[in-house]
Amino acid sequence: MMLHMKPSSGAHVGANSSVSRIMGQVMLAISPATAFGLLCFGWPALNLFIITVLSAVVFEVLCLRLKGRVAKPVIMDGSAVLTGWLLAMTLPPWAPWWIGVVGSGLAIILGKHVYGGLGQNLFNPAMLARVALLISFPIEMTTWANVSPLFFSQSPGFIESWHITFSGLDTIDASTGATTLGFIKTEFSQNRLLSDILKDTSGFLNFIGGTRGSLGETSTLLLGLGGLWLIRQNIIQWQIPVSLLLTVALLAGVFHVMDSEHYISPMLHLNSGAMMCVAFFIATDYVTSPNTPTGQLLFGAGCGLLIFVIRTWGAYPEGAGFAVLLMNSATPLIDHYIRPRIYGRDRKGKPLEIPKS
Amino acid sequence: MLSLFKKPRFRGGVHAEEHKTATAALPIASNFPLPKKLYIPLQQHVGKPAEPVIKVGEKVLKGQLLAYSQGLISAPVHAPSSGIIVDVNDYPAPHPSALPIRTIVLETDGKDEWLETQVIDDPFQLNPEEISFRVGAAGIVGLGGATFPTAVKLNMGRENRVDTLIINGSECEPYLCCDDRLMQERAEQIIDGVRLMLHGMETENAVVAIEDNKPLAFVAMRAAAEPYAQVNVIQIPTRYPMGWDRQLIRYVTGKEVPVGCRSSEIGVTIHNVGTAYAVHKAIRYGQPLLSRIVTVAGGAVKRPMNVEVPFGTLISELFSFCEVSSDETARIIMGGPMMGDSLPHVALPTVKATSGILALTQSELKNTDEQPCIRCASCVSVCPAGLRPLDMANNIRINQLDAAVDLGLKDCISCGCCSYICPSNIPLVQYFKYASGEVMARQQAQHKSEQTKRLIDARNDRMERIARQQREEELARLAAKAERERLKAEQEALV
Repeated sequence: MMLHMKPSSGAHVGANSSVSRIMGQVMLAISPATAFGLLCFGWPALNLFIITVLSAVVFEVLCLRLKGRVAKPVIMDGSAVLTGWLLAMTLPPWAPWWIGVVGSGLAIILGKHVYGGLGQNLFNPAMLARVALLISFPIEMTTWANVSPLFFSQSPGFIESWHITFSGLDTIDASTGATTLGFIKTEFSQNRLLSDILKDTSGFLNFIGGTRGSLGETSTLLLGLGGLWLIRQNIIQWQIPVSLLLTVALLAGVFHVMDSEHYISPMLHLNSGAMMCVAFFIATDYVTSPNTPTGQLLFGAGCGLLIFVIRTWGAYPEGAGFAVLLMNSATPLIDHYIRPRIYGRDRKGKPLEIPKS
Repeated sequence: MLSLFKKPRFRGGVHAEEHKTATAALPIASNFPLPKKLYIPLQQHVGKPAEPVIKVGEKVLKGQLLAYSQGLISAPVHAPSSGIIVDVNDYPAPHPSALPIRTIVLETDGKDEWLETQVIDDPFQLNPEEISFRVGAAGIVGLGGATFPTAVKLNMGRENRVDTLIINGSECEPYLCCDDRLMQERAEQIIDGVRLMLHGMETENAVVAIEDNKPLAFVAMRAAAEPYAQVNVIQIPTRYPMGWDRQLIRYVTGKEVPVGCRSSEIGVTIHNVGTAYAVHKAIRYGQPLLSRIVTVAGGAVKRPMNVEVPFGTLISELFSFCEVSSDETARIIMGGPMMGDSLPHVALPTVKATSGILALTQSELKNTDEQPCIRCASCVSVCPAGLRPLDMANNIRINQLDAAVDLGLKDCISCGCCSYICPSNIPLVQYFKYASGEVMARQQAQHKSEQTKRLIDARNDRMERIARQQREEELARLAAKAERERLKAEQEALV
């Protein structure tokens, strides 16, 4: 029996894992929050979601064609769909179609393929696209639709939704408003106090997600559950979410205790904006976060600090996107300095001393 | 709470599907027919190959010395059965390359006739030095797979006055269960071997560590060790690579072996259970190491089992005994599926290092469809040595081997955890083995060019010196001649 085999070294067996399986699990984890968002914001949100995801795939195919690669197997790894999906979750639910298309283009082309494709990018593609959109198109990116669930009489119907998506909203004032954080920021500039501002805000609604906000970012509950499931599935590690949320909660707690009229409470911080989505699904992106547990703790804490600083003293009511991008740029540095200790060596890489007995 | 801040006793590792149950339940097969020909390589151990002492055509008895150990780190080879030596020549080695190595071919006569062996009544009366001498003469090497000569390790243990002998019964590789069966069936002999090793090293304590997926072996070993206070049998968690010697040392003693040191320098020596059994046979009955238990398993094996085979048995004979379907076999592996080597064909002999021969089907093998690295860092979290395989592989890919060495390439133990876990199917261990070989080749090339340069410089110096000497001699000769002529002229003038 002569088998002409290429010599190969171990391991000859492997874990039952693949890139597409990982991407699939992440999609599964974000689907409840996404479904809830689609339910809350109705047909226009569904239009935007489909457009964003589809255009992400189209741009991916285009880039792969330019590279001269066969697109189908790469598309099947699910990374482009996930990028489009995550981007859609962070967009205002009733944003016009071109926001989704331009965003996906930015994410896939500028965020991913100019660096060399999957695994090579420095910045999280979805966050890069979101921040670029926010700076370029501030009006469209801060027009937040009221909660108008599917199949309600006041909500836009299927036909009307095409009108909203493709030719814009006619009755902006009637069907839109500010997010909780945006509202607080505006009212602070009117020198109002927090107890006064938050009279009508329901903490419970913020937790469940029945408030104005990005398409899939409103429900703390569902995002949190999805994130915990991902940790349980060992797809993501606990370090980044825990250190990020803890840092924000601690900082917010300290300032809130010092001055509860000018600094919002930790609970409100954690339940609003992109906090949960970023902590569990954006900051934990493998490619753009450090690859050691200690590095991840540092990265999460850095994100948390920046989010708090931008939200509290910055010009934008929400700082998660900026915070993540800034920390992404620090990832190579963190990975350079924070390395695991090698067996039999000290932290500096010198062999351990032989203990004198 | 404080324990959280202590050094972790086990870092990284994976839990691979075990595939052991079918094989581990069957007794060790002893009805393996004696092969007609045995192909006995002269190098079955770490160190220098053995040197033959027999001639072609010579008749040998079972247990007779065929080749003696050469140098400090080496091991002798003995005849696994009686018969006639028909050839001493180069034959393919059980190695991925199957390149030829020097091999003795023994045609067995079927009588299996023993050389007269020396049975010792009380080996504990022997000198410790005598124990390691006999172990060395019996050709015993580490049977866990490292095949380091056991006598050398016993001597190092004695000289360094180690306080703990660890007996490695972890057998953490999937599929393999030869040590498991050995412990279940021959526990008393193993414990006796452990006590003999303790005597040979003048060490007080032995710890036999068995993974908790082998409860029957644990019970048998504990019962066998009951009468002896100095032998302690413990259970350890099942996690690959628990059997990595340095990992097991840290788990059992809490001590970490510094890079570049031998474990005996921190007071610990580690041996495999199979080695302990071989020591028992060598010291009690004077029987050299002639056979071992080999696990034959894998999806293409119809009758997977543990079987005791004489060294030199061709894998093809083992496969026909275990009814391996050659059509279904996608890869043949010597050793376990994590660290074992793939073999190109089956006309290769079993040797002292052969703990298992696996015939795996395509569906059992890891997918080789390589995808880009997504930096998921699973490889970092499973690496028991604390390396960052992804960064090392990236550097190797762009030929930055020095950077890979800086990241700890030389500390890689090729355990295969990173390749196992990688969702992108990147053959990380292959990168590291390639790079290690390449780094060594470059160092050798550099060494060679330095040597050449030194020799050229020396030659130039020598030639210059010779030329200078010749010049000086020439000048001296000319001066002498001038002097002679002057004297001659003076004499002529006087006349």
